[in-house]
Amino acid sequence: MKSFIISTLVMAFTVFSAFAQDDIATLRGEAGLNQEGAPPAMSKVLNKDIKRKRNYPMQPPTIPHKIDNYQVDLNTNKCLSCHSRKRTEESQAPMISVTHYMDRDGNFLADVSPRRYFCGQCHVIQTDANPLVGNEFIDIDDLLKVEQAQ
Amino acid sequence: MGVMFWGGFNTALEFTNTEEFCTGCHEMRENVYAELQDTIHFTNRSGVRAKCSDCHVPHDWTDKIARKMQASKEVWGKVFGTIDTREKFEAKRRELAEREWSRLKANDSLECRNCHNYDFMDFTRQSKRASDQHSTALAKGEKTCIDCHKGIAHQLPDMTGVEGW
Ligand code: HEC
Ligand code: HEC
Ligand code: HEC
Ligand code: HEC
Repeated sequence: MKSFIISTLVMAFTVFSAFAQDDIATLRGEAGLNQEGAPPAMSKVLNKDIKRKRNYPMQPPTIPHKIDNYQVDLNTNKCLSCHSRKRTEESQAPMISVTHYMDRDGNFLADVSPRRYFCGQCHVIQTDANPLVGNEFIDIDDLLKVEQAQ
Repeated sequence: MGVMFWGGFNTALEFTNTEEFCTGCHEMRENVYAELQDTIHFTNRSGVRAKCSDCHVPHDWTDKIARKMQASKEVWGKVFGTIDTREKFEAKRRELAEREWSRLKANDSLECRNCHNYDFMDFTRQSKRASDQHSTALAKGEKTCIDCHKGIAHQLPDMTGVEGW
C-alpha cells in the first residue's frame, strides 16, 4: 500500500513537472531559470492632456501627460509648480482639490498637507499598453440601470 | 581628485570642452553627471547628446588648470573643499544653481537656443501644455527657457522662494 502511494506521488510529480516546463505560462516566459528573458518593449506614456472620466466619484484622476524626471522630494515638488493654488493662474492647470489642504481631522491648513505631498501615491500616468488581464469593473450607473430594469 | 590624467594632452583647451574633462573630478562626476544620465539630454530617440560645455561655460579657473597643473596650486586650494562631499554639495547646490540660472536668464537662455530654435518649433507637434506656454509667454518674450525649465539636466536644490515654484 505504502509503496503504491509513493509511486503514485512520484508519477504525479513527474507529470506535473513536465507540465510546468512546457505548458504553464509564467511571467518569465520561455527563458530558463538561469537566463534573463527579453523584456517586452516599453509602452508609451499617453501625453494628450485630455482629462479622463473617473470611474467612481472618489477616484484620484489619472495624469493626462508625461511626468518623466519630474522631481518630487524633500527639496521640491515639480507637480505643485503648476498645480498649487498660487501657480494655477499662470499654468492654467487644475488646482489640487481642497482635500489636499486638510489634515486627517478635517482642519484646513495653509499649504498642502504632508500626507498629500507625494502625488504619485494616488495619481498615475496611463500608457498605451494592452491590459494583460481583462477588467470586470462595472460603473455604478450601469449597475443601477440593471437593477432598475429588473 | 581624479584629474590626474591629462599630462599628455597638448590640446588642453580643446580637452576642457569634453565630457571626460568635466567629469574628471568626483565633485562633478558623482553629483551632476550621475544625475544627467537619467535625463533626455543624455540619451534620447534622436541620439543627440548635450555635453556639459553645450550648456555651461567653463569655470574661470578651468584654463589655468588645463594650462599648467603646477601653477594652479592656490586655485586647487581655493576651489576644492567647497563641495568635496555629497553633504557639502547639497548644502551649496542652491548657490551654484542660482549662478547658472542668472547666467542663463541674462543671456536669454543662449545655450539652450543654440540647439532649440524657437523659430523651428512646430507647435502642432508639441503637447498641448508645451504649445500653450510656448505660444504665449515664450513667444511674447516675457519668459525664457530657464524660467520654466529648471532642473532639466540635474536634480534641483531646495526651491523655497524661487520664482515659479
Ligand atoms: C577639478 C575638478 C572640476 C572639474 C574638472 C570641473 N569642475 Fe565644475 N566645479 C568644481 C567645483 C569644486 C565646483 C564648486 C565651486 C565653488 O564652490 O564655487 C564646481 C562648480 C561648477 C558649476 C556651478 C556653477 C558655478 O559657477 O560655480 C558648474 C556649472 C560647473 N562646475 C560645470 C563644470 C563644467 C562644464 C566642467 C567642464 C568644462 C567642469 N565643471 C569641470 C569642480 C570641477
Ligand atoms: C546639444 C544640444 C542641446 C542643448 C544645448 C540643449 N538641449 Fe534640450 N534637447 C536636446 C535634444 C537632442 C533633446 C531630445 C529631443 C528628442 O529626442 O525628443 C532635448 C530635449 C529637451 C526638452 C524636452 C524634454 C522632454 O521630456 O521631452 C526640453 C524641455 C529641453 N530639451 C530644454 C532645454 C533647455 C532648457 C536647455 C538649456 C538649459 C537645453 N534644452 C539645451 C538638445 C539640446
Ligand atoms: C512659460 C513657460 C515656458 C517657457 C518660457 C519655455 N517652455 Fe518649454 N515647455 C513648457 C511646458 C509647460 C512644457 C510641457 C511640460 C514639460 O515638458 O515638462 C514644455 C515643453 C518643452 C519641450 C518638449 C516639447 C513637448 O512637446 O513636450 C521642449 C523641447 C521645450 N519645452 C523647450 C523649450 C525651449 C528651448 C525654450 C526656450 C526657447 C522653452 N521651452 C521655453 C513651458 C515653457
Ligand atoms: C541641457 C543642459 C545641461 C547640461 C547638458 C548640463 N547641465 Fe549642468 N546645469 C544646467 C542647468 C540649467 C543648471 C541650473 C540648475 C538647474 O536648473 O538644474 C545646471 C547646474 C549645474 C551645476 C550647479 C549645481 C546644480 O546642480 O544646480 C553644476 C555643478 C553643473 N550643472 C555641472 C554640469 C556638468 C559637469 C555637466 C556635464 C556632465 C552638466 N552640468 C551638463 C544645464 C545643463
